[in-house]
Amino acid sequence: MSFEFDLPVIWLFLIGFAIAMYVVMDGFSLGVGILFPFVKPDDHRDVMMNSVAPVWDGNQTWMILGGAGLYGAFPLAYAVYLPAMYLPLILMVLALIFRGIAFEFRFKSTRSRPFFDAVFSGGSMIATFSQGVVLGGIIQGVNVVDRQYSGGAFDWLSPFSMFTGLALVLGYGLLGASWLIVKTEGGLQRRFYYLARPFAILLAVAMAVVSIWTPLANSRIFDIWFTMPNMLWLAVMPILFLLLVYSIIKGIIERHERLIFVKSIALFVLGLVGLVISFFPLIIPPSITVWEAASSSKSQSFLIVGYCVLIPVIMAYTFYSYRVFRGKVRIGEGYHH
Amino acid sequence: MLGLEALDLARFQFAFTVSFHIIFPAFSIGLASYLMVLEGLWLKTGKEVYHNLYRFWIRIFAVAFGLGVVSGVVMAYEFGTNWSGFAEKAGDITGVLLTYEVLTAFFLEAGFLGIMLFGESRVSKRLHFFATCMVAIGTLISATWILASNSWMQTPAGFEIIDGRFEPVSWLQIIFNPSFPYRLLHMVLAAFISVSFLVGGVGGYHLLRDRTDPAARKMFSMAMWMAVVALPIQIMVGDAHGLNTLEHQPAKLAAMEGYWGPQPGETGVPLTLFGMPDMDSATTHYALEVPNVASLYLTHSLHGEIRGLKSFPRDEWPDVPLVFWSFRIMVGLGVAMLGMGVLGLFLRWRHKLYESRWFHRLTVYTLPAGFIALVAGWVTTEGGRQPWVIYGLMRTVDAASPLHVGSVAASLSGFVVVYAIIFGIGVYYITKLVRMEPMGAIPEGGPGHERQPKRPFSAVEHDLDDTEERHS
Ligand code: HDD
Ligand code: HEM
Ligand code: HEM
Repeated sequence: MSFEFDLPVIWLFLIGFAIAMYVVMDGFSLGVGILFPFVKPDDHRDVMMNSVAPVWDGNQTWMILGGAGLYGAFPLAYAVYLPAMYLPLILMVLALIFRGIAFEFRFKSTRSRPFFDAVFSGGSMIATFSQGVVLGGIIQGVNVVDRQYSGGAFDWLSPFSMFTGLALVLGYGLLGASWLIVKTEGGLQRRFYYLARPFAILLAVAMAVVSIWTPLANSRIFDIWFTMPNMLWLAVMPILFLLLVYSIIKGIIERHERLIFVKSIALFVLGLVGLVISFFPLIIPPSITVWEAASSSKSQSFLIVGYCVLIPVIMAYTFYSYRVFRGKVRIGEGYHH
Repeated sequence: MLGLEALDLARFQFAFTVSFHIIFPAFSIGLASYLMVLEGLWLKTGKEVYHNLYRFWIRIFAVAFGLGVVSGVVMAYEFGTNWSGFAEKAGDITGVLLTYEVLTAFFLEAGFLGIMLFGESRVSKRLHFFATCMVAIGTLISATWILASNSWMQTPAGFEIIDGRFEPVSWLQIIFNPSFPYRLLHMVLAAFISVSFLVGGVGGYHLLRDRTDPAARKMFSMAMWMAVVALPIQIMVGDAHGLNTLEHQPAKLAAMEGYWGPQPGETGVPLTLFGMPDMDSATTHYALEVPNVASLYLTHSLHGEIRGLKSFPRDEWPDVPLVFWSFRIMVGLGVAMLGMGVLGLFLRWRHKLYESRWFHRLTVYTLPAGFIALVAGWVTTEGGRQPWVIYGLMRTVDAASPLHVGSVAASLSGFVVVYAIIFGIGVYYITKLVRMEPMGAIPEGGPGHERQPKRPFSAVEHDLDDTEERHS
């Protein structure tokens, strides 16, 4: 039946959606931490943290949805990628622990505030970097024998994965800066306009490098992008990319408060679409497809019902919660407890 | 090939991280419901004491919840990082249950937590109460799914095995597997009991400082009611749970009882109160036994027989001393806590509940009793399931990821160090928060109230680092 045939493909997109939501939402929360070293005054840091304190937990939950969704819908991919990326993933969760507790403890102390500032910012950077490394490691490919990971503990470690790690730090930094532009005003806002520009430029360069490096290092991906009819319509991607980068930088110069954030999100979505093009229909290159890695259709169809009913509800109350805390965050006003 | 050491380390890591995690969800499950009751009572009666207690406990809740979330994220990934064999073979079932937990519980909690913690001045009282209820319900939904998953691993049902993978046949049977109702009820009650001893201990502490403090009296009294109501139910549920285990996991039950098999000339199973189980000689040294009592509560007849450990192949035995002792710690503490509850009831009847300093001191000492019993219960459950991950069907050895010893050793040391640090910081701040006077500094006014200052807690906002001086 064609419905059953397509279920794994639908699931690939649902998980892609969860990952995109995560990258955007926790991306700006982690970005706030990445920008900490550039903003010194204590009350300014209060404002930065207050802008995400009521929502960071929900943002992070999208990552758990991505992970759990992979586990339920593509157990094989979950069971191969997680051991393959063992060390960077462990580093990521450890860093997320520090990032998370800093929200609770920073406001509850003054004497140890510098300590929790460092914990928050270091945690955010290391978590982001590890996520970028995992991404790079997945693009590079992993060894699988007998439905099990068969590589070593450090297979993920390469110049390429280090570079994607750095690129993601820049990317989340840009998301963080454009979020803070929306949430602040006055001198502090100017500071973030000022910071957003180098982050945007460096990110654009890094994305371009990754987009060239990936097909050069990988003939399968090269063939997808640079053989004939594909090449024509795929040319849309670099054009969109250039347009977006141009309008983000223009937006920063002309101070389009909200649009910068929206366009930075679009840049991330574009990157994700590029990834899907390079991979589809493989989920673990070079040979395992989404259909082979899928859980039974009974699992996927049971889950899809809940997913399609609950995601709109979740988005509705998430939206409501953002509305409750909408508007600029002002110095000293913090709604922390 | 996977060395045995990597497996041992991975098991230790899992046991360590999940034992750490469970303490905080238990904390949150109990405390969220308590906060819901407090806010509900405040809205209904308008008495400030309830509002003060709400304000007092919500800040402690925030810390515990944060620790629950960060340690939970670790768990969600550990199935894949460390137990990829299990994830690949059983993901069709356990992965789906976990995803439902995320969709129905984690988002709900996280979505309304912000409003609950920070929204008092931004939404109406009713909406704020609604947010509290959603968080409390979210914690209960969370417990339901994860226990469905764990119970399925204990007493699998509703599946078929195709090419060595577990595939679902009936979701109803998977979720409502034979041990699920007992485990869910027992766990939720355990969370309520743990928190009632926490609240009681904190109430006792403040009564020792000021017996007239209305908030201290109120929380102390509420906690003592909870203890005396919940413990008898818990013991009955535990007993029923044990019968269920006898039916579905007889080797585990034999280990809990420390029962190796009938002695020559003996009929019936004795209750072993204490002793030193020795797996090599298959006997319990220095056993203190009461003949036939275990027969009575397990089979409801004086001479009823159950299977002893010797009737199972040696390689299907769990670690008997671990199961035996952790079970006794749980049951022992359960009986002791019931004793405290009854004592509280007696003192209340004699109008001495708020006067008996020795009793207040006792509640301070027994503050962690519930949490200890809870973790001991899980060690019984999980240790007793060994050597299986999915009881009778999949061995733990086959569940492990193909990892190198070095990787697991590194991650394990990372977790031990990091958890020690955050646990230390967490306990430090919770202790400070607990010491604040519940009736004292917390400002008046409620969610959305005019009198409400812009920063709800600004009155107590002066940094916690300095409260040491105030209270000592
Ligand atoms: C405050 C905590 C607490 C208290 C006072 C008790 N328990 Fe418990 N017990 C738990 C907390 C707990 C737990 C941690 O929540 C467990 C682990 C898994 C589960 O669902 O509940 C558990 C498991 C558990 C099991 C299941 C073992 C298995 O087969 O997997 C049995 C038979 C009992 N308990 C029996 C009792 C009895 C007879 C008690 C009488 C005093 C008792 N428990 C008190
Ligand atoms: C939350 C409280 C829990 C505690 C304190 C706990 C404790 C433990 C312990 C002590 C072990 C090691 C057993 C041994 O090696 O002898 C273990 C193993 C394990 N438990 Fe639990 N557990 C808990 C909950 C859960 C839940 C809810 C699940 C599943 C949804 C689960 C799944 C597992 C798995 C997969 C293993 C690893 C394989 C194994 O060693 O058996 N546990 N747990
Ligand atoms: C009986 C055992 C367990 C219970 C009752 C339980 C319950 C809860 C609850 C109530 C929370 C919300 C946070 C809090 O209240 O502190 C939570 C968080 C979490 N738990 Fe557990 N849990 C258990 C074991 C596990 C296991 C074995 C896993 C691994 C799959 C897990 C994964 C998570 C995750 C990922 C979070 C964070 C969710 C968030 O961001 O809100 N839990 N758990």
